[in-house]
Amino acid sequence: MNIDKIVVTILGLFGSVFTYWFFLMKKDKEVSVTDLVDILVAGGYSPAVISIPLGKTTQINFFRKDPNSCLEEVVLADFKIRKFLPLNQKVTVQIKPQVKGTFNFSCGMGMFHGKIVVK
Amino acid sequence: MPNVKKTFSIKGMHCASCVYALEKALKAVPGVSNAVVNLASEKATVDYDTSTVSEDLLSDAVSGAGYKADMSSGPSIDEVQAAKLLEQKTLRNKAVVSLVLGGLIFWGSFPGLIDTSPALLQNFFVQMFLTIPVQFWAGLSFYRATISALKKRSANMDTLVSIGTTVAFVYSAVVTIFPSTVEKVGLEPMPYFDTAAVIIGLILLGRYLEARAKAGTSEAIKKLIGLQAKTARVVKDGKDHDIPIEEVRIGDLIRVRPGEKVPVDGIIIEGQSSIDESMISGESIPVDKVGGEVVIGATMNKTGMFTFKATKIGSDTMLAQIIKLVEDAQGSKAPIQRIADQISSYFVPVVLMLAILTFVIWYVVGSTDPLLFAILNTVAVLIIACPCAMGLATPTAIMVGTGKGAEHGILIKDAESLETANKINTVIFDKTGTLTNGKPVVTDTLAFGNHAEKDILFMAATIERASEHSLAEAIVKEAEKENIELGSINKFQAVPGQGVTGEVGHKKILFGNRRLMEENSIDFNSASDQVLKLENFGKTVMLLAIDGALAGIVAVADTLKDSAVDGVRALKDLGIESVMITGDNQRTASAIAAKVGITKVLAEVLPDQKEAEVRKIQALGKKVAMIGDGINDAPALAAADVGIAMGSGTDVAIEAANITLINKNLKSVAAAITLSKKTMRTIKTNLFWAFGYNVVLIPVAMGILYPFFEILLNPIYASMAMALSSISVVGNSLFLKQIKLKA
Repeated sequence: MNIDKIVVTILGLFGSVFTYWFFLMKKDKEVSVTDLVDILVAGGYSPAVISIPLGKTTQINFFRKDPNSCLEEVVLADFKIRKFLPLNQKVTVQIKPQVKGTFNFSCGMGMFHGKIVVK
Repeated sequence: MPNVKKTFSIKGMHCASCVYALEKALKAVPGVSNAVVNLASEKATVDYDTSTVSEDLLSDAVSGAGYKADMSSGPSIDEVQAAKLLEQKTLRNKAVVSLVLGGLIFWGSFPGLIDTSPALLQNFFVQMFLTIPVQFWAGLSFYRATISALKKRSANMDTLVSIGTTVAFVYSAVVTIFPSTVEKVGLEPMPYFDTAAVIIGLILLGRYLEARAKAGTSEAIKKLIGLQAKTARVVKDGKDHDIPIEEVRIGDLIRVRPGEKVPVDGIIIEGQSSIDESMISGESIPVDKVGGEVVIGATMNKTGMFTFKATKIGSDTMLAQIIKLVEDAQGSKAPIQRIADQISSYFVPVVLMLAILTFVIWYVVGSTDPLLFAILNTVAVLIIACPCAMGLATPTAIMVGTGKGAEHGILIKDAESLETANKINTVIFDKTGTLTNGKPVVTDTLAFGNHAEKDILFMAATIERASEHSLAEAIVKEAEKENIELGSINKFQAVPGQGVTGEVGHKKILFGNRRLMEENSIDFNSASDQVLKLENFGKTVMLLAIDGALAGIVAVADTLKDSAVDGVRALKDLGIESVMITGDNQRTASAIAAKVGITKVLAEVLPDQKEAEVRKIQALGKKVAMIGDGINDAPALAAADVGIAMGSGTDVAIEAANITLINKNLKSVAAAITLSKKTMRTIKTNLFWAFGYNVVLIPVAMGILYPFFEILLNPIYASMAMALSSISVVGNSLFLKQIKLKA
């Protein structure tokens, strides 16, 4: 095997491992919220993991700065909320969780994900 | 941008003059065409031109008047619509420019067409300059989304498109600028600008068409909101005043003329009319309404003029509740979607790894032009992968399905209920109020011994007046009809599942079913034949004993709903077994069941045993839907796999049930199950195509067919297939709109 092919193979292997580590092994930091949180919608959700108190109303403000059409809707399925997020506008949802647990939220097509941890 | 209407909260209002001051301040903002402030709801509704007025300007105007605006409620439906249209327009413009430029480059570079093109278009530098605006202006949104995603260590569709087209563009640019260097490494200096430009054009076109189609999936909500009347004619001081709907208060008297919409919910005070409620209930025949009857906001007054008192306004109206319920359902997720969500979250990184693998394999194993083949096949893999189709497969169908249901008066609580209804094979009907109209009437009064029929009715009505049983009202009404003056009762006692006891004058009265007589050792053998005869006609028979001896019989019957027979038959046609559950005795119950075509009857079931009966049937492995009129049946509705309430949108029933039939039409039970089946079939077809598409075409793009048939996928065809896959999924969901429901 020529040297260039060996180099391409090694780089390919390295690239695959890097891709796996970069995208699939990330850990999102949990942000503790008392009554209000702003979530930036750009390439995903920042913060992507929030913890909120049980039985209290929490206001979540989504602010979409990413033109990606995947992110134009946010779905909090466990709270039966689907909202269109116009670019550069704040959209507020209010939730009052009645049970503890971890609830996922995602974009309309299920590509980007976030978590709401009720404590 | 078009004019929009926005409603937001105002803090700090305390009197009617605040309303005037705020309206004046808001109307003074240039670009505001109308402003209505409601003191009761503390909300302002403003019509304005978004090109000149911003939310900040409105907020400043409110602050300037000494109040505080809370814009946090989010954009209004108009604003959302305007934003969607703007995004669609941008996508369309970019797609058109990209396809025109891409088409020119394609003409100047595609082997079959190249000879017909002007020499200018064959120049590689011209092709590069034509590609630059496509790659970096039209494709800018792909780059932005990719950079945002990479910052969050995530990847999506845009990541694949931007990497794929950038690879094609950079390779072509290098070939164009340094042709001799490329030749030195043994490659023909042939650029692929057409690949980059046409891919971007086709993907943008696909997104534009997808956005338009997606807008169609949420039309139901828009239609429902559009039903709302804009103004109401309120009668004040004997005069009619047209006021905006937001200003209507509870208790206002509102006049409605023929051909006008009923603005809010209320009760008719004066006049009568025929009202078309099809927009709410799906029932096409207009309903006659007279004084004291309820009218529903957004329904259409057909013939007469009437005045009604507003009882529900704003978010409490039935229309508002329906909109909320449909929105909730569309915001929920069907369990079947979970697998698609799981796959979607791993999809793009896996495709990136497959693209790397493709490059390595083609570079290492390829015999001729390994670098070129490696690049082209890698680009094809990146471009053909379509996670969007998987993401769109379930929610688009759920949105169309729940919207279609709402059009027919079938309100589905959430996506899970819609999915479960698909598996129902047994339907349990509560009898009273569900299969029947719930308005029983006395059909027979028999007296024994030296008692007169009037005495029997007097005793029965006197004792039943204290009862809350559904049949009591019928007996009291019959006595009133016969002008019988009722007496007073002492020591009244209700015996659950049996009847009532008490004393009228000095006489000890027992009134109820056979079990009550047996428990009190009353001999009723002499009346057995009459009892049997009445029960065989489906009548509920109650025995009256005075001072320990049988004195008479009162028989009561309820009328069947017009839709009962057709409703049960429609379920039979779907292969679903119907069961009737009732507190009536077996003979009466069987007689009624036979009239509607039900063979399985659960009789003599006390209200608190209904839930247990539902669970018993479930234990046999059946998927059970319980149909009830809501409040009494709540535990059974909750215990069933799918609880279906016959009721109005404002009823408590909505809370207990998974599905509510506003039209109270029993044919809608089968219609709801049919809708569920068709929606689930659409979802399954969508998922099959979306998964199948990726599973089959990604390996083809990698070149799996090349060793056998020398077939490779041109990246341009890959982008065409990718665009089509999303559109086909949304299009398939939109087909659900065409189904005919017999509701």
